[in-house]
Amino acid sequence: MSVTLVKERYSSKVGEVVLGATPEQGGTRTATVTVGGDSALPFLHFEGQMPNRPVIAMEVTDVVPAWNEMITKQIGDVINDPAAWAKKCVDEFGADLIYLKFDGADPEGENRSPEDCARIVKEVLAAVGVPIIVEGCDDSAKNNEVITAIAEAAAGENLLIGIAEQDNYKSIAAAAMVHKHTLIARSPLDINICKQLNILINEMGLPLNKIIIDPTVAGLGFGIEYVYSIMERARLGALANDKMLSMPIICTVGYEANRCKEAYASEEEFPGWGGLEDRGVLWEAVTASGVLQVGASILVMRNPTAVRLVQKNIADLMSK
Amino acid sequence: MALTGLEIYKQLPKKNCGECGVPTCLAFAMALASGKAALDACPHVTEAAREALDSASAPPIKAIKFGKDSVLGDETVLFRHDKTFYHPTTLLIYVSDSLSDDELKAKLQEIKGLEFERVGLQYTIDGVAVVNDSNDAAQFAKVAATVAESTDISLLLLSDNPEAVKAALTPLVARKPLIGAATTENYEAMVNLAKENSVPVIIRAEGLDALNDLVEKATALGYKEFVLDPGSRTTVETLANLTHLRRLAIKKKFRPFGYPVIAFTNNTEPLEEIMEATVYVAKYASAVVLKTSVKAHVLPLMTLRQNIYTDPQKPIQVEPTLHSVGNVNENSPLYITTNFSLTYYSVEGEVETSKIPSYILPIDTDGTSVLTAYAAGKFEPEKIAEAMVACGIADKVKHRNVIIPGYVAVVSGKLAEVSGWKVIVGPRESSGIVSFSKSLS
Repeated sequence: MSVTLVKERYSSKVGEVVLGATPEQGGTRTATVTVGGDSALPFLHFEGQMPNRPVIAMEVTDVVPAWNEMITKQIGDVINDPAAWAKKCVDEFGADLIYLKFDGADPEGENRSPEDCARIVKEVLAAVGVPIIVEGCDDSAKNNEVITAIAEAAAGENLLIGIAEQDNYKSIAAAAMVHKHTLIARSPLDINICKQLNILINEMGLPLNKIIIDPTVAGLGFGIEYVYSIMERARLGALANDKMLSMPIICTVGYEANRCKEAYASEEEFPGWGGLEDRGVLWEAVTASGVLQVGASILVMRNPTAVRLVQKNIADLMSK
Repeated sequence: MALTGLEIYKQLPKKNCGECGVPTCLAFAMALASGKAALDACPHVTEAAREALDSASAPPIKAIKFGKDSVLGDETVLFRHDKTFYHPTTLLIYVSDSLSDDELKAKLQEIKGLEFERVGLQYTIDGVAVVNDSNDAAQFAKVAATVAESTDISLLLLSDNPEAVKAALTPLVARKPLIGAATTENYEAMVNLAKENSVPVIIRAEGLDALNDLVEKATALGYKEFVLDPGSRTTVETLANLTHLRRLAIKKKFRPFGYPVIAFTNNTEPLEEIMEATVYVAKYASAVVLKTSVKAHVLPLMTLRQNIYTDPQKPIQVEPTLHSVGNVNENSPLYITTNFSLTYYSVEGEVETSKIPSYILPIDTDGTSVLTAYAAGKFEPEKIAEAMVACGIADKVKHRNVIIPGYVAVVSGKLAEVSGWKVIVGPRESSGIVSFSKSLS
């Protein structure tokens, strides 16, 4: 006897957002990347479409990062050179996008000038053909200066720039509008602030298809369940036609997972946790897998081995 | 089809005797409707009413117990934010009966090592799946006996040959293993074997239609202790099947699928296998059989399981007592935070990174974060001062400086007054602790 399955019929879907711009579109990318467009819960191909598979952006920093050796040894010498590093991520590790983070712009660190940051963005744009995500530093005033300079220098490239937050979104949203970029709107693990911020940015005149949500992920074992449920609720909201929750979601998985002690503490220090090499890889990859199950569209990752695993997991889940 | 609380209420005796443990029949009806009570609790219900209510009153997914405290199923929602998930996915390690004696010994040794402690929580592997790859009944029974002797965790005895399962099961009935699998070909023998020995049995068929038919046939044998296996072995198909089974059980109270589901991984490369298993842990498998038993592989999966099965309404808390990080001494700084485990462990991690031995005193805020606790009046200066006295910090350090989270800077005046300590306002986010700590000396 055949069983009548429950197939949900949703009234709407996740919005589609295009990243990057080809020469015809005013940029220099060899191809654009489209994210979102899902009309069902993640990977449930039997009841809706998932026209664009989730993509992986690999993280590149302007200064040599203090990441654990398990990761830096895979990146190798190019870690001193953002352009060469980005190229290696695309050519060797199969990154769909590059996520360029200007930790060096922080006034408490190297205090790199906005002009110098813009120069590095141009170099990375010249080195790779994939679209680029750019975030500044944690100092919000400096971040505004840096991102404004970068947005102007790379006008028309349709970068994904970040980050706009509830108490600091106006100048960066304006930069995205004027210079034709897409914006990351970050909310601190709070679905109401997430929605509110999207409304505020949209009211400034940035269209909804130029916004990507960053719900602030948490690493495996350190609160991933919070972002898991917020993202699941946001996805159900998007499918139920809540336009202000319908943007694709970016998750800074590499940053969060590698802050967890389990991702970097040696086996000598914690014999009960097993070998660091595989543990570190899985800590990042399983964090990614967790958010993929609730609708992540862009995963920002660090460890090339973890990237390979997540690529395989996505391929497994996208096969029909 | 599910009945509403009022529909159920009409069938109840309306005595409001309270003998079911709920004060009124209406309240009991509501509990039945939400699947959180069983009709058996009512001593006065009529046979006719029992008949009518039977399907509505049973929980949507039957709880199946086996082995050492393993409970499968008994879930009531599709999304953890709707309420919570109750019974964390049971993880079983695949042990083939084709292993040589030495390989078996090594594998069992590795399985014994699967006990972890992190952030104050204990994780242990739940069980072993002994698999009859040899197709030899005697060999299967021998390996099952060796496994049972080596560990007291739960057992799954897996073979398509009922004779092999019987040989392995008979000496191990007291361990109450899960057995399987009953298939279209062998179901009568397999289900009867389970029934005679009062152990649960896996019902396996290729696809949901075939599974439905087989469950109906197995039920007709007068047994209901089932675990379902829809037979799919690719990640995407298994995800679809797990979702269909859970939805039909919860949303339609479709009885043939009102049982827990077991998933088997297909990937053979261990890290890829763990990635596949994360999908099943997140999406509705009550049990997963894993081939890898390497510590570094199993810990991340168990951590994800622990996270997803955390009750969203009951935040995990740490002991609100004085904690020390590193080799503390009389000059060690004192940080105040809350006892919400996520807040506490974020602070602890950063304090550790600062490499300055320090004390951390989490205040009992019922497991809420700093801002939430303050808004709810659970992070008051008097309460902080009391906790400082109670933990005896004054005898442990010679300074009188206390660091409070930047978000509650507003309490610093009052706290200084009631505690007599100098109050230093720390960073708002734990991520600021490392640079803040440099300013301390």
